[in-house]
Order: sequence, then C-alpha cells, then structure tokens
Amino acid sequence: MAAPSLVASQPSSRTRVVLKPSLIAGIVIIGSLVVMALVPQWVAPYSPTNFDYQAVLQAPSMKHPFGTDNFGRDVLSRVIWGAQVDMQIALFTTLFPFVFGTLVGAMTGYYGRWLDAIFGRIVDIVVTFPFLVLVIAIVALLGPGLNNMFIAVSAVGWITYGRLVRGEILTQKKAEYALAGRVMGYTPSRIIFRHLLPNAITPAVVYWMTDMALGILLGSSLGYLGLGAQPPTAEWGVIIADGKNFMTTAWWISTFPGLAITVAGIGFSLLGDGLADLLRPKG
Amino acid sequence: MNRWSYIIMRVLQVIPTFFVVMALVFFMVRLLPGDPTSAILGERATEAMIARGNKELGLDKPLIVQFGVFVGRFFQGDLGDSINLKVPVFRLILERMPVTLFLTLYASVLAVLLAVPLSFVAALRRDTGIDSAIRGMFQIGLSMPVFYIGLQLLTILGARWRLFPIGGYGETFFEHLWYLFLPALTLGFNLAAILMRNLRAAILEVLQSEYVDFARAKGLRSSLILGKHVLRNAVISTVTLFGLNIGGLIGGAVITESVFAIPGVGRLMVDSIFGRDYPVIQGLTLTFAVLVSLTFILTDIVHAQLDPRVEVA
Repeated sequence: MAAPSLVASQPSSRTRVVLKPSLIAGIVIIGSLVVMALVPQWVAPYSPTNFDYQAVLQAPSMKHPFGTDNFGRDVLSRVIWGAQVDMQIALFTTLFPFVFGTLVGAMTGYYGRWLDAIFGRIVDIVVTFPFLVLVIAIVALLGPGLNNMFIAVSAVGWITYGRLVRGEILTQKKAEYALAGRVMGYTPSRIIFRHLLPNAITPAVVYWMTDMALGILLGSSLGYLGLGAQPPTAEWGVIIADGKNFMTTAWWISTFPGLAITVAGIGFSLLGDGLADLLRPKG
Repeated sequence: MNRWSYIIMRVLQVIPTFFVVMALVFFMVRLLPGDPTSAILGERATEAMIARGNKELGLDKPLIVQFGVFVGRFFQGDLGDSINLKVPVFRLILERMPVTLFLTLYASVLAVLLAVPLSFVAALRRDTGIDSAIRGMFQIGLSMPVFYIGLQLLTILGARWRLFPIGGYGETFFEHLWYLFLPALTLGFNLAAILMRNLRAAILEVLQSEYVDFARAKGLRSSLILGKHVLRNAVISTVTLFGLNIGGLIGGAVITESVFAIPGVGRLMVDSIFGRDYPVIQGLTLTFAVLVSLTFILTDIVHAQLDPRVEVA
C-alpha cells in the first residue's frame, strides 16, 4: 500500500461527477435546439412557408412574438424550422471530418513514415488556402446548395481532426500500456482502436463541439451569400438575407435568426468547454 | 544558420507546396462539367466556333502541356481574361486588391487596439465583474456570424443614426479610413475575440512566472514589468495568432465586402461565382493562396526575431 490516498480518491472522483452550471446551460441550449430540429411542427405556432397577406411586416406582438416578414410568414416559426436545417448543417459539416480525420490521425500517428509524410504535405497544401475561400471555390465549381456545401466542407474539414488525433496518438503510443500491448502480441488495429484511441480522442471530441458552431456560422454565411441553402428554405442565414432589405423598417425579420445563430454558437462552446473539463484526466 | 539563410529557406520550402496548389486549382477547373470554351462562348456557340476557341486557348493539347503553359503564364502575370468583364484577370485583381488589403490591415489594427487593452484589464482584474463582462462580450462576438455583425452595425450606426456611410470606399486615404471603419470593425471583431482570449491567458501565465516574481523582488515597478516582459510575450502570441488566422480574415473579407458593397477582391469572388467567371475564380484562389503563404513566412520571420527561444534551424 504505497499510496492509499490515490487508490481511495479514484472511485470517489468518478462517481461524484459535478456538472458545472456552464455545462448545464450548454446542454439545455443544444437540447432545446435538437428538440426544435426533430419536431418543429410541435413547437412552431405557424407554418414556416404559408403566406398571409393580411399580416405583412407586423412588429413583434403576442400573436407573433418575432413579428412577420414581407410575405406575412411568422418569423418565430421560420426560426424554429430553421433549427432543423442549421442543426443538420452542424452535423453534416462535421460528421465525416470527425470520423475520417480521427481515422487518418490514428493511422498516421501510429504508423508514421511515408503515411505521415503524405499527410504532412496534404496539411501544408490545405492550410495555404483560406478555409472559406476554398469552400466557396468548391461550391462555385459544384454549384450552390446544401449538399455541395457539405461535400466542400468535408473535403477540407477532416484535416484539423487528423492533426489533433495524430498529435495525441504520438504521445500515447510511447506510454507503457501501449508498449505492453505490443509485447502481448496484440494486433495493431486492437492497440489503435481499443487502447490508444480512447485515450487520444478527447481533444477531437471537444473540438467537434466548437466545429459544429463553426459549421453553423459557415453554413449561414453561405446561405446569406446565396451559395448555401436556397430560398424558400427556412435556414437562419437565408432568413437574414430575406430580411436585409427591410432592416430599417422591419428589423425583426433579420435580427431574430441572427440571435438564434449566436445562441447556438454559445451553446456549442459551453458544451465543448464543459466536456473538456469533464473528460480531462483527473489529477 | 543566420537570419538571412533562415528567411531564404522558409521561402524555398513554400515552392513545392505552391506547385501542388497550382496543379490542384488547374485540374479542379478542368473537372467542371462542360469545357471552358463553351462556357466562354456561351450557349449559342457552334461546333466550329468551339473547335477554333479550343485551339486558341490551347485546349487541344495534352493536359500536361496545358499545365506547363498555365504555370509559365502565371509567372508572367497572365491569369487569362475574365469571361464577363472582358479584361485580364491579373489587372482586375491588381485593381481590386488594394481595397481588400487596406480593409484587412485596418481590421487587424482595430482588433489589436481592442484586444490588447481589454485583455490587460481582464487579466489584471481576473475573476471580477469586469473580467466576466469583457470575456462575455467577446464570446458573444465569436458566436455571431460576420455578416450579421456587419448588417446590424450598418443598420444602426449607418442607416438609422447616420454616423457612418453605408457603402463604398471613398477617394482619399482619410476617406478610406472613414468609409471602411464599420467594415473593418466588423471584420476585426472576431480576430479581436481570438486575440483577447489568448492574450489574457498569456498575460496570466507571464504574471505567474518566476521571472516576473524575480523582477518584482528586484524592486522593479509593476508598470515596467508589465511593459517589458508581459507585453513582449503578448506580442509574440499575437503575431503567431495573426498568422494562423489570416485565412479566416480573408474569408471574412469576402463576406464583409459583400455586406458593405465594397469593391474589393472578396466581392469580386462572390460576383464571379454567380457570373460563372471561372478564370477569375481560378486566379483569385491562387492569389489568396500566395497571400496566405507570404503571411505564414512573414509571421514566422517576425516570430523568430521577437522570440529568442525560436531556433532558426
């Protein structure tokens, strides 16, 4: 019993997980957005696309808390339905990069040599382009639209995950438990996936949260420019673009979807920071 | 290795990368559905016109020869002609680039002017209400899309209160400063948020380090310690971050120029996409890649100058 205190502290810190208020706030925000994205028809008071010429450009009121737009569409309902599109954007701009980048990072970090050299050159090339410019250029070639935007972002976005996981694997593979695994004669895939990755994936998971916020920022920016989701889709950036000509007369059309983007971004950051605290090795 | 050979080596390192970048851009445009000639000549072109156009553009030659010609022309500053505007792409970019460079530099200066004092206040008043307020403001700024910040500033300060012009670029230097203030603020806010977050952490770290304790023990005044030690470290991290974020800044410029109707290369890029002006898109993508590479080299050099710990080997 060299260090009894160490043994004793282990289980207690595991069982008594204290959730910080900021993490709870993050979970609440993202949780509500997920609900809106899954069942907007239950949450939204009106249809997001129905024109109502009796109620054009109405200021926020009890009936229409976020007002109505120039076609009489209820802005609150459009923002709620927009959650469906923008949460999809958050997911589909990051899912492939997360999975593929993690795999590439694990492989290059573990095997090194020529695989690592190739990865290094690809990184050199991709960082030379401004991310948004590269995405815009690819979208320009493929044509505007959500699917092409997902392809464009996925083609570039995996690099960051690859770099993060590669760095972690490089440190982890020198650890004793990895050497022990090799001595035991485990296959490389078992060592990588069962032993190294669980210890190396935390930064990538935390970055994933930030990346989803970045995905929404990018998706709404492209939507605003007319290169992402196409009208009349209720995407937050598209709604802002729809309302921009009415900014001086009907500020509510563009202002509320912009706040929705901001709240979603803050939610993902809080979630990411909270996860980082939670997953960081104790002690 | 001395300073000059370090600089030369950094430049040489970029060259192979850049060739691959050129190849990528070249073949990406070739992957387009339909050939460039029909795109240039429009839908009413006859077979004979397309064949003649192909010959003129050298598109009947093997791809590798075309690529050689493309690279050769690039180094002579020939990026082809714009389909819609009928002028050389190089001239177009040269005309529009100063506007974007001005905007980007202006935004960076504003970002530093915002971030440096506020991060000092936040770090020195750590965990107080002021600290939380500053950090909260920047967290909100980071979560807000650039075009939205721009649109709100434009509406409130420009259109409603008429404090600033609502578009354009102006004629003289001071007019540029005046016209581009809101766009630069819009573009700089994200960078300011990133700078501020890192500066605050850097200042806290420096303040807790042994050499600052030592300086205090020597009886140096706090202001002197802060000015000399903290600021130097702070500047180093700022330079590095600026280099890392130059891509984001250029991307932001594309959006900002669209929101504020500023005639820079960013707006040109968006216009060219809607006009299917592929030579311009191709030329701009390459130009941005050159700009980013140059910035990387510059920040590396400045970093090496400022930080004695960086080995120039």
